[in-house]
Amino acid sequence: MKYAGLLVMPTGFFLAVAALVLFPDPGRRGAFVVCGLLVEALGVAVAVRGHMLDAREARR
Amino acid sequence: MMTPPLSAAIVFALLLLAPLALAGLALVNAGLGRSRSAAQSLLGSLAIMAAAFIAFAGVGACFAGPDGALSFNLAGKSWNWLGTAPVLLLHLARSPIESQLGVLFECLAAALVSIIPWGAGADRLRLAAGWAIAALMGALGFPVLAHWVWGAGWIGQLGANFGLGAGFLDPAGGATVHVLGGAGALAVVWIAGPRRGKFPKEGLATAMPAHNATFVLAGCMIAVVGWLAFNCAGALLWLHADLNGLVITALNTLLAAAGALGATLVVTWIRFGKPDASLCANGWLAGLVTSSASAALIPPAAALFTGVVMGIATPLLVEFLELALSIDDPAGAISVHFAGGLWGVFVAGVFAPQKGQLLAQLAGMAAVVGVFLPTVYFAFKLLDRFIPLRVDPDGERIGMDLHELGGGAYPEFVIHRDESYR
Repeated sequence: MKYAGLLVMPTGFFLAVAALVLFPDPGRRGAFVVCGLLVEALGVAVAVRGHMLDAREARR
Repeated sequence: MMTPPLSAAIVFALLLLAPLALAGLALVNAGLGRSRSAAQSLLGSLAIMAAAFIAFAGVGACFAGPDGALSFNLAGKSWNWLGTAPVLLLHLARSPIESQLGVLFECLAAALVSIIPWGAGADRLRLAAGWAIAALMGALGFPVLAHWVWGAGWIGQLGANFGLGAGFLDPAGGATVHVLGGAGALAVVWIAGPRRGKFPKEGLATAMPAHNATFVLAGCMIAVVGWLAFNCAGALLWLHADLNGLVITALNTLLAAAGALGATLVVTWIRFGKPDASLCANGWLAGLVTSSASAALIPPAAALFTGVVMGIATPLLVEFLELALSIDDPAGAISVHFAGGLWGVFVAGVFAPQKGQLLAQLAGMAAVVGVFLPTVYFAFKLLDRFIPLRVDPDGERIGMDLHELGGGAYPEFVIHRDESYR
């Protein structure tokens, strides 16, 4: 689960880069860059969740 | 703008003071750890600095600088992503003084990046692992990002290529140094795991307080000098600021740290009935980290506001990471450097006068977090297979000083039972 979260994060980066290349107008560009950051945040959240499950397992 | 020789002389003088930021952080890390790991912590910091200096000078500088850059074309724009200067600084003597100062700045910054994960891995991270991490960060991780931001790389060129303000601005390394170092800290904590007894089978996390608050607070006072030097040198080198800009940068650095300390003092006073020295130190450092990206770019009132927000957030984040997310970070490196760095970069975009600057900062944040956090994690995971990050259980039980150095930092201390082993 931790790996899945970490592998999602570059997707957010590519979304942000794609926004810069594909959208000339600032509104859409900004929205897609923010979406890229949200995807990265989702990746971090999944990785953290994976860490918590591992930690819980280790305590048993 | 100042004449180049004067500007170069000031930058050089400032960079001679910048190692105080490293000394301050080393003291803070040692103080926040346990007494039986204090000597290993300080020797580790020194060894990490040495490894980072050698790795950056030997290999890293050739990737970091603007010389001989590798780039590709996409959508009609040039994407400059890696420098290819000669190794071992062979070209440096013939370079202009600005380039030489840039290399010196980056060499010191490489050591700062490498020392951040060391604090997060206190009391269980092996000396050899700290050394290897510093070599990896100094030779590869930091130089690539430094090139992207300071070496005419694609993030720094977002302004010229896409009309986003002046491109990604990070004059003293809010993202380039602290977010990257914080990502390294998170990776270390995830891979090495918590200290033995930190999260018992039942009940809440065990409190493992700082063994020497004097070290911690003195470290904060020393670090501020180094931070002032880094922030002012960064403003001159990467933003070409004039003398007025320099004074405001220094004032903003102090205001951000002061605002953060004041806010943390009040928050901990309200939460615990008395101010908490360790958390206040974390607040002070978080304010300084915030100033790294923003001090040269925002007005003084904004710097104070930025510091206050970070000062409120830091103790809450430290507690949240430990209690809710089971992350054992003795130095609070993730809250201070990762979160503080991101906040500083964001604020620099919010208060910058140029149109499109906020978007440039957000795109830069996406690049730093989206590329470097996973890369650093997988690199450290691979490293862990060859050089285990964590000490064996017996070594952790007797303490890192005895296990790795054969003697303690405080040989006259009476050894007592360890209450944390439940």
